[in-house]
Amino acid sequence: MQAVDNVSFDLQRGEILALVGENGAGKSTLVQMLAGVQRPEAGEIYLEDEVVDFYSAYDALHAGISIVFQELSLIDGLSIAENIFANRQPVGRLNNIQWRQLYGKTRELLDRFDLELEPTTPVKRLSMGKHQILEILKAISTDPKILILDEPTSSLTEAEAVDLFENIRKLQNEGMSFIYITHKLGEVFELADRVMVMRDGKYVASQPVGEVTESDLVAMMVGREINDMFGATDYTAFSPEEYFKVEGFSRKGYFQDVTFGLQRGEILGLAGLIGAGRTEIARSIIGIDPKDSGNIWLEGCVIEIKNPQEAIDSGVAYLTEDRKGQGLFLDMSVLENLIAPVLRKFANRFGFLVRSAINENVEERIAAFDITTSSTNQKLFNLSGGNQQKCMIAMWMGIQPKVTIFDEPTRGVDVGARSDIYRKIRQLAKSGTGIIMISSELPELLGICDRILVIHNGQITGEVLRDEFSEELIMEYAAGIKNHTIH
Amino acid sequence: MDQDTEAIKIRTNSPNSGILDKFRQLAAFREFILLLVIIAFAIIMALSSPIFLTRLNIEAILLALSVEATIAVGMVILLISGGLDLSVGSTLAFVGVVTGLALTAGAGTVPSILIGLLAALGVGLINGSLVAKLKINPFITTLGTMITIRGLLLILAQGRAVLNLPKSFTVIGQGRLFGIQYPIFILLILVIGGDQLLRNSRFFRQSYYIGGNENAARLSGINVDLVKIFNYCLVAFLAGIAGLMITARFGSSSLTVGSGIELRVITACIIGGASLSGGEGSVLGAFLGALFMGMLANALNLLGVDVYYQSFITGLILILAVVFDVLNERRKASRK
Repeated sequence: MQAVDNVSFDLQRGEILALVGENGAGKSTLVQMLAGVQRPEAGEIYLEDEVVDFYSAYDALHAGISIVFQELSLIDGLSIAENIFANRQPVGRLNNIQWRQLYGKTRELLDRFDLELEPTTPVKRLSMGKHQILEILKAISTDPKILILDEPTSSLTEAEAVDLFENIRKLQNEGMSFIYITHKLGEVFELADRVMVMRDGKYVASQPVGEVTESDLVAMMVGREINDMFGATDYTAFSPEEYFKVEGFSRKGYFQDVTFGLQRGEILGLAGLIGAGRTEIARSIIGIDPKDSGNIWLEGCVIEIKNPQEAIDSGVAYLTEDRKGQGLFLDMSVLENLIAPVLRKFANRFGFLVRSAINENVEERIAAFDITTSSTNQKLFNLSGGNQQKCMIAMWMGIQPKVTIFDEPTRGVDVGARSDIYRKIRQLAKSGTGIIMISSELPELLGICDRILVIHNGQITGEVLRDEFSEELIMEYAAGIKNHTIH
Repeated sequence: MDQDTEAIKIRTNSPNSGILDKFRQLAAFREFILLLVIIAFAIIMALSSPIFLTRLNIEAILLALSVEATIAVGMVILLISGGLDLSVGSTLAFVGVVTGLALTAGAGTVPSILIGLLAALGVGLINGSLVAKLKINPFITTLGTMITIRGLLLILAQGRAVLNLPKSFTVIGQGRLFGIQYPIFILLILVIGGDQLLRNSRFFRQSYYIGGNENAARLSGINVDLVKIFNYCLVAFLAGIAGLMITARFGSSSLTVGSGIELRVITACIIGGASLSGGEGSVLGAFLGALFMGMLANALNLLGVDVYYQSFITGLILILAVVFDVLNERRKASRK
């Protein structure tokens, strides 16, 4: 199979073209060829009616095509200025760097984008969101005709994303063209003029944004209709009494006085902006981070969780948002990953692991969670994002949790695999597990949750029941404009 | 992209019937390849030197590598968990001196040995705590203790080797069981036992997870700090055992013994398939790595090659092993 197969498309001056498709659809390969990072085996690129041929990213940059990668290329110890003008610093006659000029040019650029940053600040002091924005500034500083952005908002807060869009429009008005790769279909409609869909390396369609709907796009990306993505709640799984409760949870500087309950079979959403403290609450619940005060109740008893092992013993599972960095052992096999939290369960009285029991259990779980892998010995980095996510779910279902906390379970996951993950979450709820779901994608929370708590600045500012779900209401709570605790 | 990306559903039993398939499976293991190399090497040597396969020579090889290989058992586990210990050479000499001083002070054989091993555990505990709790880089931590401990033993011994150790102690390094020297026995027990533990025991397996992804290991309920400290104590303890063996064999506590051994031990582990970034390796591999290096030294001796070539060739082999790994990984990646 070819990564990109016979694709033709065009881009107007001053146009924003959104490029969508599942992982592996060939989007990244396509734009890398445009930016000279990879060379096409066949085909031509025309820039302003002239054939161009790029042998390196440097060639493309000179011709006016600049690309911002998902992977960040900033050097932590160096200043903002040196990063933006990496290897292009203004130099004097002796090839010595003209610092004043460098900082001046950087400040101009920062001012143009209303960033209140000092050119001399080392980038390691900045947030991930700011890193992403600097990466974009770095690309813009070459004054490209076409700027290619590959999922630029994946690590930005809502506010930073809004700023970024504003800046993109500003540049668009100055005549810059954009190719914008994204997984968030909402952004397509918010920002782009036209959207192009790719699937399996092939061009599927390209249409003005006004002429398509979100479900049209999904159908084109996946190649089939997905109905009933989120499924429905099974209320028979609910228990009348409170199953799990977090009471008076506080950690100075992170969250204060967080109290909420959870029923058996319920899917409780935690909404809020990035940095509101949702992940921190979850991490303190499972004892990987400390808390200053607060109790946890499970099935009517107070339970003590001081470290992740005790959380596992109590039946509380936490599936981290940072799948690659903290959730999975990518260099290890599917089997080794699936048994990681349950090593104890498979050890005999002398502390030796019982292979036969492990193999049986792992194979059962691989089947139950539809993990596609050539063998149990397959290393995890060989699996797709969706399959990795399924592995993480299977890994934690091994502890047979009573309460499961999902933190951004569909981040970086294809639309097709997403519906599988939602189905698994539903199944889990149906079996009587209590589920807490942290997500920054409101449509997802609105689709699957039975109830949503909104966190703002480390506090619960609102509770929204299913029949009053609305994006506006939740955003008001999340922004701290509205607070139902202060009536 | 080719067939390999085609996701195949898991097969419950994968009966690989052909001998070639079996061979391919085995060839994926570093230990197997290393074993083949060692056998081939032994055959060539047996043909070129009549002494090589004599019992005396084999014993000499094993005895010579017993010190390195004993430490390698602990070192490979530490490397797997993402750690590193440069202080093993100093610890080895330190234990020799402490035990020697205790013996000459009349503390009795068993108490003296215990005091020596406790000193080793002390070094391990310090290394482990600094690395696990204070998160100081292992290289820097153990470089520090390596220098400090070497200094400490010079202070303790007043710069003089401890001589004339009692027979009850030297028997550890000189005695024989079924006609085989004790150190060789101790080594074989450690290698077989250590390999089994690292393969199959829950506690030891945790090191692979920590080396693979420390954050994920923590979230999976593994007590990362405890395992790390344990591993530093283990390698220090084994360095202590090695120190006792070598001191007993020579009948005296040398102050310079063990200098540079840390790098030879790490080399053996890496030739045996361990990686400095953690998550990979096995005790058997580390032992075979040490065996290979020991055989090489022996062979060069027998063939009358200048001793200066030994280091040169060992270095070349280390580089070859690493290059082999990198190319192998690349080949696998390109098939994906």
